[in-house]
Amino acid sequence: MKENKKTYWKGLEELTNDESFVRNAEREFPEGPSNLDGSSRRDFLKVMGFSLAAASLAACEAPVRKAIPYVNKPVDINPSIPNYYASTFASGGDYASIVVKTREGRPIKIDGNELSPITKGGTNAIVEASVLSLYDKQRLSDPYINGEKSEWAALDAEVKSKLASAGSVKVITNTIISPSTEKALAEFSAAFGGAEVITYDPVSSYGITKAAEMTYGSAILPTYDFSKATVIVSFGADFLGTWISPIEFAKQYVQGRKITKEKPVMSRHFQFESNLSLTGANADYRTPIKPSQSGLAILALYNAVAKQAGATTVSAPAVEVEYLEKAAKELWANRGKSIVVSGSNDPNVQVVINAINDLLENNGVTVDFSRPSHFRKGDDAKMNQFVTDLKGGRVGAVVFFNCNPVYDYVKGAEIAESISKAKVSIATNGTMDETASLVQYVAPDHHYLESWNDFNPRKGEYSLSQPTISPLFNTRQAQESFLVWAGISTNYYDYLQENWRSSLMGTQSEISNFQEFWDRSLFNGVYSTPSTSSAISGNADVAVAASAVAKSYKADNAGVELAVYTKVGIGNGSHSNNPWLQEMSDPISKATWDNYLTVSQKWANEHGLKMVEGATRKAKITVGDKSLIVPVLVQPGQAQGTVGLALGYGRSKAGRVANGLGVNAYDLLDSSKGFVNFDVTEGVSVELLTDTYKIAQTQTHHTYMGREFVIQEATLADYKQDASAGRYKPQIYKEGEFVKPSKISLWKGHQYSQHHWGLAIDMNSCIGCGACTVACQVENNVSVVGKQEVLNRREMAWIRIDRYYSSPEGASSNKELEQAADNPEVTFQPMMCQHCNNAPCETVCPVAATTHSSEGLNQMTYNRCIGTRYCANNCPYKVRRFNWFKYHDNKDFAAVNVAQNDDLGKMVLNPDVTVRARGVIEKCSMCVQRIQSGKLTAKKEGRKVQDGDINTACATACPTDAIVFGDMNDPNSKITQMLKIQEDTISAVKEVNEERAYHVLEEINVSPNVWYFTKIRNKDKSEA
Amino acid sequence: MSIKRSLTSVPLKLSTLLMLFFLMLGTQVFAANPEVSDSEEAIAAGKSIFNANCKTCHKLDQKSVGPALRGVTDRRSIDWTKKFIRNSQALIASGDAQAVAIYNEFNQLVMPNHEFLSDDDLMNLLAYVEYGDKADAAVASAGGEGSVAAGGAGIPSEYLTIILAVLVIVLLLILIVLGLIISILTKYLKTQPLDEADQEFINQKSDFKKVFRSDAFVIIITALVVALVVKTALDELYTIGVQQGYAPKQPIAFSHQLHAGQYEIPCQYCHTGVEIGKSANIPSANICMNCHMHIQNVGGKDGISPEIAKIYAAVDENKPIEWVRVHNLPDLSYFNHAQHVAVGGVECQTCHGPIEEMEVVYQHSTLTMGWCIDCHRQTSIRTEGNEYYDKLVQLHSGSKNALKVKDIGGLECAKCHY
Repeated sequence: MKENKKTYWKGLEELTNDESFVRNAEREFPEGPSNLDGSSRRDFLKVMGFSLAAASLAACEAPVRKAIPYVNKPVDINPSIPNYYASTFASGGDYASIVVKTREGRPIKIDGNELSPITKGGTNAIVEASVLSLYDKQRLSDPYINGEKSEWAALDAEVKSKLASAGSVKVITNTIISPSTEKALAEFSAAFGGAEVITYDPVSSYGITKAAEMTYGSAILPTYDFSKATVIVSFGADFLGTWISPIEFAKQYVQGRKITKEKPVMSRHFQFESNLSLTGANADYRTPIKPSQSGLAILALYNAVAKQAGATTVSAPAVEVEYLEKAAKELWANRGKSIVVSGSNDPNVQVVINAINDLLENNGVTVDFSRPSHFRKGDDAKMNQFVTDLKGGRVGAVVFFNCNPVYDYVKGAEIAESISKAKVSIATNGTMDETASLVQYVAPDHHYLESWNDFNPRKGEYSLSQPTISPLFNTRQAQESFLVWAGISTNYYDYLQENWRSSLMGTQSEISNFQEFWDRSLFNGVYSTPSTSSAISGNADVAVAASAVAKSYKADNAGVELAVYTKVGIGNGSHSNNPWLQEMSDPISKATWDNYLTVSQKWANEHGLKMVEGATRKAKITVGDKSLIVPVLVQPGQAQGTVGLALGYGRSKAGRVANGLGVNAYDLLDSSKGFVNFDVTEGVSVELLTDTYKIAQTQTHHTYMGREFVIQEATLADYKQDASAGRYKPQIYKEGEFVKPSKISLWKGHQYSQHHWGLAIDMNSCIGCGACTVACQVENNVSVVGKQEVLNRREMAWIRIDRYYSSPEGASSNKELEQAADNPEVTFQPMMCQHCNNAPCETVCPVAATTHSSEGLNQMTYNRCIGTRYCANNCPYKVRRFNWFKYHDNKDFAAVNVAQNDDLGKMVLNPDVTVRARGVIEKCSMCVQRIQSGKLTAKKEGRKVQDGDINTACATACPTDAIVFGDMNDPNSKITQMLKIQEDTISAVKEVNEERAYHVLEEINVSPNVWYFTKIRNKDKSEA
Repeated sequence: MSIKRSLTSVPLKLSTLLMLFFLMLGTQVFAANPEVSDSEEAIAAGKSIFNANCKTCHKLDQKSVGPALRGVTDRRSIDWTKKFIRNSQALIASGDAQAVAIYNEFNQLVMPNHEFLSDDDLMNLLAYVEYGDKADAAVASAGGEGSVAAGGAGIPSEYLTIILAVLVIVLLLILIVLGLIISILTKYLKTQPLDEADQEFINQKSDFKKVFRSDAFVIIITALVVALVVKTALDELYTIGVQQGYAPKQPIAFSHQLHAGQYEIPCQYCHTGVEIGKSANIPSANICMNCHMHIQNVGGKDGISPEIAKIYAAVDENKPIEWVRVHNLPDLSYFNHAQHVAVGGVECQTCHGPIEEMEVVYQHSTLTMGWCIDCHRQTSIRTEGNEYYDKLVQLHSGSKNALKVKDIGGLECAKCHY
């Protein structure tokens, strides 16, 4: 039976049992009926009658359809057979090694590359969604001169002659991790009198690289390894969601979180942060702190560790931070296998962090400076100097290499004003964004899926990207532009090969033929040189750094503080014109299509703000002389006295999807201390306005109506005692005894003679990042519906991640509400069609449009569905979605659902999955198209289906392997072994012996084919 | 009597036709040089040589890329034949009149050299050429008629319609004759003296008007008419979107009858995707060019055929040929050729009909869901040698019936709709 007395809630309105929440929760269809442009039901029937007649008449004459073959069919392209190419996603320093799936020469899906030693087959939402940006109509189709379409020859001639006489040339760029690009830029630089390349990052890690320079003498990022850490302490670093290389870190982190009865050990994770981040949501112990305290908290940790190590302590103002002592103790106990990281961009803070890791002997184990990573190379100081020079008219020519500082640099407005002071201004940006629209020459670059390139994300690790489609527009790879301008006529592909021949061919001795070496590297997508590490040594003066930190941080700042953060889906805003990312609900706030000021429950109570079902008010936030008007969102877990605001919104020239959404938080950042500070601790004021606003939050949609035991969890201590700790085992009374619900059934039960597909979802591994939701959207042609329709509760996502907060008791008063929302525990639960063996939806469909297959799948037949929605009504998991509108080829949705509306966008659609029409229900099919294709391959080869042949889109995308798909009839499959199914039976009801595995809502015995594993928290005792 | 005769005569005629063909078969005799052996071994050995080296361009009894070969030893000396086969170009260069004539007749196509063939090989080859596979000759000479007769095992549908029509006419005639007899008999009886009851019986007029006005009659007729209309309407509705028989005009008058029928080019040669993927693939122009690089006209005519010229134009201009799709499955259904052809071993003709006889391709089957499902109900799965089905076969082994597609989920929605 359930031991903990926790209350689980998705939104504050559920916690308080607010009237409107209850009203919606109890209604069959809270989304309500839809009117056709205000016309009445009677009109609708008339129109329907007419269109039926018209349709039957029209149907008599079938349209002539063409079948157009190639003139010369390429040998390796067969219509309907996908091809896969290893490539690399890189956007600034954000990196993922990927495999691109193409159909008939069109890239349609991106998966992770399992051969990569860095991302190891993981992806995230931005990488998954990037395939749509290839087909973005906002991309420039031609080079531009002074805002006019032009020709490449004309542009090259002008640029060459003007650059030669421009004087000082500056190239502005985000982090470049491509060695060949750097080489090409060096050639360009040499051709124009030593043009300076200035690197900045929209979300800067200058603090870390600067600290490394202060400590070890070179400005580098270390290689972090969370898999080797048994104790993890993070100060505001959202390493699972957005910090530096989140896919890599998630892969590592989860190795310490996978837990079995045989190996009941797991890492312990402390998080000290202001906003509730994805990483904080996964922490075992989370303490909300103010940004102004964070430096002091780190000093306190240093002192606590130093005391144990017998090292000299530093003087620091005292600060009260819960769990800090505990963290210090455990760090010391696990020295050499722990890690301390901080998201701060203050070099002095990072020096102290380096010192702590040194004391803990983590250096070279979990934090390795001898194998530098190259994800962030931005230099805030140089960039500031550039802005000053530009303003002073000392810059002759400026080239913006695929970067948009006018939007995403703190001094963007100043750059915008002064660009005209440079004699020549050039951008290679692919769209007419905020920066490109202000320069004289735009030489648009290819999309990364059209380009050749190489990458060196870490010392000794290389990867390649290759074109997966011919350029769609009259664009040219930027590297080639630089070469052309430098007077080098080699094309970039040859240049790249030549560079590999001269620099990398010699690092291996296995292959003597260069072409073979190149082909193999290209096939694998990655190449690692034999491990070499550069020796580093040095020690920064901690005392100096500490005193600087002690000066700039305060233990008792009374004013409001602003913590600017990045969202998992939108990131720094460079991909914000992607509707898949906009409609992906934020893992924590579950809000879509907006940014907002996150405030604590206490703040809301003080200001009399009550937020219900997304309805809220706007506030005016002022930092110094800048102010923004932005809606307020009450965020449980927000540190008292702080507000949070996400970057990546407020774009004015991103394109039709993102323009005008939210506000630009880059404007509020502070660079007075010589680095871009994402924590604004001084001069912030927030004023609540009376204007109302609605934020499209999905958190209370599809609720379980207060049913308990959907989430089952335990602490590690309890789990060690009893592997079934936290499990709720419902019992039903039958003929004098209590039995499991599965023992009583009205049904005869299915027999699955060949396959029995199922999913096993480990809630301990799921970090809630949402990569699966975007992957599903791409794979299954799921429509984007736009903000208004999300507000109407009509989002179409087939898989959602339910985020539950939990607190010890329900709240009834404001006081209790504050406590509950102060620092709740968070649990993520991916929820999709459960493919029930006793499916309630199947029995109520009047036209048998949803039926059961002989392989355990709950099938949805769109062409048979007449849209009664009985199935959606009867689904206990609320996973069925109704097509309220025709979302494809409909001008009303053209602005948001770009993948199904314009010719270019449609190229991304998966040709194996139907685009659903208006008026039908749809839901997760467990990627039946992949199952069918995997079976066919096996049949053609005359063999059995092997475990791993078939995988669903969500499971493939998951960077933490939290979702496992497989055949429960196959004794060798991973899922069978995870669930410990011993008997070999073809019955639909399997005896699962794994203690952690449970069915959501087991008591109603719908017998799902999706199993969940209990969440285990590494806590000493159960507490919220 | 006449009816019976007309019924029985149909199969009779068919069988006489068939017999005639077999007689013709026997009477077709070629003269061959007596030096050429007609032993079984020689013919068999020759056949394998022929298949390996000659079959691509030659047929025994028909002109193909090269001339028909049977009777060559009668027309030419054996020596000459051997020389020509070994190195035709040398013979032509030497100015041999016969060799030059045949070279010119066949568009100056160069026949490859076969100097690796020994004298024995060549004799075996000639043995096959003269005496091998005579059935081919019969079919070739019988031509089009033969194939119709060969298929006539049951009663063809046209005959059935004729029989039915004749039956209806005969029944009507009987009806009229009976009516006439009644009227004659009535007239005759009226002239006879009869008692009252009989008188009344004879004089009673069948009151048609009364019958027409009776409720029962009206109801029956109305019901019949309504049923007929509804049935016709339903049938018509069911045919909406069914394009059976659809034979659109194609941009090139490509004949499957010629390529697949006469030249027996395997379907997979052009439809390359049929065993690997969902689409069978309409061949790209470069596949056409594999043969049409050499073959520029039909029937050995000179010059370039205007239809073949369209392929050349497409290749020259790099512009694909826009064929009109004949088989249009709705987007809501997923069909995969590889599953049916490579795994199931279904013949192309099962769905596409006698494609090798089609001058213009038409849609043979209805392609309705009922048609798919029917086949899935009746078709046994080709399980032998395919490990994938082992478990299913084992589980099914207790049943008396063969393992059909329907038994392994072949009727489920998500097999085709997703």
